[in-house]
Amino acid sequence: MIQKTLDKLRPHFQEGGKFSALRSVFDGFETFLVVPSETSKNGVSIHDAIDSKRIMSFVVIALMPALLFGMYNIGYQNYTAAGATASCLTMFLYGLAVMLPKIVVSYGVGLGIEFVVAQWKKEEIQEGYLVTGMLIPMIVPVDTPLWMLALAVAFSVIFAKEIYGGTGMNIFNPALVARAFLFFAYPTSMSGDKVWLAKDTWFGLGNIIPDTKTLATPLGEAAAGLTPSGDFWQYCTGLMPGSIGETSVIAIAIGAAILLWTGIASWKTMCSVFVGGALTAWLFNIGGLENNVVANIPWYNHLVLGGFCFGAVFMATDPVTSARTEGGKYIYGFLIGVLAITIRVLNPGYPEGMMLAILFMNMFAPLIDYCFVQRNINKRMKRAEAK
Amino acid sequence: MERTYKLKKGLDLRLEGEARHQLRQPQTPKCYAIRPDDFHGIVPRLVVKPGDEVKVGDALFVDKATEKIRVVSPVSGTVKDIVRGTRRKILHISVNPSATPVFADFGKPNLNTISREELIELLLRSGLFAFLRQRPYDVVASPEDSPKALFISAFSKMPLAADFDFVVSGRESLFKAGIKALSKLCPVFVGIKPEQQNSTFLPLPEAEVNIFDGPNPSGNVGVQINHVSPINKGEVVWTLGAEEVCFVGELVETGRVNLTRRVAVAGSETINPEYIETLIGTPLADVLYENVADTGHSQRIINGNPLVGTKSDKDDFLGAHTTEICILPEGDDRHEVLGWIMPRLKEFSTNRSYLSWLLGKNKTYNPDCRIKGGERRMIMSGEYDRVFPMDIYAGYLIKAIIAGDIDRQEALGIYEVAPEDFAVAEFVDSSKLELQRIVREALDILRKENA
Repeated sequence: MIQKTLDKLRPHFQEGGKFSALRSVFDGFETFLVVPSETSKNGVSIHDAIDSKRIMSFVVIALMPALLFGMYNIGYQNYTAAGATASCLTMFLYGLAVMLPKIVVSYGVGLGIEFVVAQWKKEEIQEGYLVTGMLIPMIVPVDTPLWMLALAVAFSVIFAKEIYGGTGMNIFNPALVARAFLFFAYPTSMSGDKVWLAKDTWFGLGNIIPDTKTLATPLGEAAAGLTPSGDFWQYCTGLMPGSIGETSVIAIAIGAAILLWTGIASWKTMCSVFVGGALTAWLFNIGGLENNVVANIPWYNHLVLGGFCFGAVFMATDPVTSARTEGGKYIYGFLIGVLAITIRVLNPGYPEGMMLAILFMNMFAPLIDYCFVQRNINKRMKRAEAK
Repeated sequence: MERTYKLKKGLDLRLEGEARHQLRQPQTPKCYAIRPDDFHGIVPRLVVKPGDEVKVGDALFVDKATEKIRVVSPVSGTVKDIVRGTRRKILHISVNPSATPVFADFGKPNLNTISREELIELLLRSGLFAFLRQRPYDVVASPEDSPKALFISAFSKMPLAADFDFVVSGRESLFKAGIKALSKLCPVFVGIKPEQQNSTFLPLPEAEVNIFDGPNPSGNVGVQINHVSPINKGEVVWTLGAEEVCFVGELVETGRVNLTRRVAVAGSETINPEYIETLIGTPLADVLYENVADTGHSQRIINGNPLVGTKSDKDDFLGAHTTEICILPEGDDRHEVLGWIMPRLKEFSTNRSYLSWLLGKNKTYNPDCRIKGGERRMIMSGEYDRVFPMDIYAGYLIKAIIAGDIDRQEALGIYEVAPEDFAVAEFVDSSKLELQRIVREALDILRKENA
C-alpha cells in the first residue's frame, strides 16, 4: 500500500516534476518508509542487511534512556527548587514539555540544512544528523534559549560538517562543535550556576522560579573551591544539576550496553577513555595538590561526574572523528580520558573538560592513525628492500 | 612439510541451495561461445571469421600486443558469429559444434626433459597460458615475466562455491601431472584447508603445500600469497585456478586440450542444486536446463558465486574461470517497510542490531540481491579490516584509490590485492561502496600508468 502511494507520488518529485525542488526530502522519506528495492549491478550480488540508517537509528535508540531520564530530571530540579511536590509523571511531563521544543529546533534547523545540501549536491540525505541532532539538545544546559540552539546547530552543521563534505568527512564531532560554539560565544549561558534550572512554566506544568535562584553542578562547586554536594550513588542515578542528558550514569550505561552489544561503538575506545580518566584522576588524588578541590575528588567520582560518561560513550566513539585503526583506538580513548581530567583539575575557570578533550583528540586522531598506517607502510618497504 | 596458517579475520556465510555431490547431465548445447572479457588484461585480435572450421584447441583470438597469448576454442566445429557491443567491442565468439570432436594435437611432452621455454611455448600454443593470471594487477600473465612463484588455491570458502574435492575426484592424476608440469615454470605453492589434508589429490611432491585454517576469504589465492610470500614492488606472482591445473595435466598427458569443467549449479532458486560436467562456453540456458525453480518472482543468474561472480542471464555463457553458477532471488520486487528498525529475522547481518548472530554459524540464509541501503561515505571504522585477512589496511587503501593517489596505493600494498579479495568487505560494508569495482579500476589505471 505504502509502496503504491510512493510510486504514484515519485514522478512529481523527480527532475522536471512539480516538486523537484523537494527531491531529496522525498527520497529521504521514501527510504525511511521502505527498504529500497534497488539491486546490485556489479560487484557482490548479495549484501549484508546493515546500512547507515539502521546504525544511526540504533545510536538514537541508545540515547533514549539518557534522554528520558534527562526529561525527568528537568522536572525534578524545577519542583525541588520551587519547594513544591509533584508526582514523577508530572515532573517527567514538565521535562518533556521543556525538552521537546529543543529537539524540534535541533532537528528542524539541522535536517533543513542537510536537505538543502543534499538537494544541491544531488545526493541522498545522510543520516548522520539523526544522531547529532539528538545529541546537541542533550549536552546543553536546560536554560539555553532556543535561538541560541538554532544558531549553534546551523554553525556546526555548516562549518563542522558540510564544508568538509558531509557525514563521514568531518574532522570534529559536530555535536561538540555546536556546544563549543555556544560555550565560547555565550559563556554566561553555558556555565556558572544560573543555567541548570528550567525556570518557566510550560502548559501549566512546572513552577516559575525567580532568576536569583541558583543551582550549581558538583563540578562547578568544586571549581569554586567548595565541597561538592552529593555522593557517588547520587552521581550515578543522576538526580543532580547538569547538562540534560549527561547526569544519569545508569541511563548512559544502558545506552553503552546497546552500543557495545550491537558493535556500533568500539569498546576499545570506550574502555580506554575510562582507563585514562581513572588513572589520571587517581594520580591527582595522590599528587598532593591540597588547595585544589577538584584534584581531590576521588577518582571514581570523577568518572561519574559531569559529561565524562556521556562523552566517553556517545562522543568519543563517533567512528568518523575518532581514530580508525584498531590500535589507534586505544591511544585515542586513553588520551581523551587523561586530557578531560587534566583540564578539569588544572583549569579553574572551566570545570568540564570532556568537550575540549574530545575535540582536541579529534584533531589528533589522524596523527595517531598515521603512525599505525605508516608502520605498515614501512614494513612493506623494508620487505622490498630486503630482497 | 605442510605449514598451517591460522587466519582469524573473515566471514563464513552459508546460503540455501549448496550443491550436492552429484553429477547431472546438461542439455547438449547447439552452440558454445568464448568471451574475451574473461581474459582481463588482453586486447583481443580475432584470428577467425564466421564460417571458419576450428578444431578443439585452435585459436579464436590472440592478444593484440604480442600475438603470443592465444585463446582457443573449447569445441571443434564452425565459427558461427562474432558478437560485438558498443564501440565494436567483441562480446563473444560463438562456435557451432561438430557431431564428433576433432582435437588439435599438441604432442605429448616428456616432462622429465622439457625446458621451461618449451613448456611455456606449449602452454601458449594450446591456449592454456591464457588461464594464468598475474599479480600485480590481476590480469592475464605475460610469458616474458619470470614470476617468483605460482600460487594455486585448492579450495574456496565463498558462499555456494564448488567443492574442489568433488570437482577433482576422478581427475586426481591429471591434477598431479599438471602440478608436476607447472613446477617447471617456477616454484609452485598449493593452499589447502585443514579438511583436505588427506585428500586424494595429495601428495604433491613438486609443490609446497600450505594449510590455511580460517573463514572466507582464506581460500582466496591473494590471501594465501600475502601470508606465504607477499608481493613486493617489481615482483610478479602467477596464479591459476585449481581446476585449470587439470587442463594442464590433460595437455601434458594426452597432448590435447580439454576445457571440461565440473561446475556447481547452486542457489535457493535451483530445483536440484547439483554439479554438471560441461565445457567452458556452454550457454547458461543449457547449464540451467530444467533446473530453475518457478517461483513467480524475478531471479538473478550469477556467473560465479554471489560475492565474486558477475550478474548474468540465460543468454550468457559459462565463463572461462567460472566454477559455479548460482541463482538467487533478485529481490527488486520485494518491498519491506521500515527496515531501519524492524527485527528482520530472515536477513543476515554481521551487525548485532540484527539477530542473525544468535542463530548460529550453520544456519543457511536466502538473501536477495538488494543493496539494502544507500551509498554513503565510509563512516564505520574497521569494517573492512575485520574480514580482510591480509597485512594491509583495507580501508586506507580504498581511500587512497578514491583519492587517486598512486604513490600511496603502492605504499599501502595495492600490488598484492585483486578485486576478489575485497568481496567479503564489500558484502559487510554498511556504506555500500562498490569495492570490487573501485579496486578493479584502480588496478587498470595503475597498469596503464606503469606500462
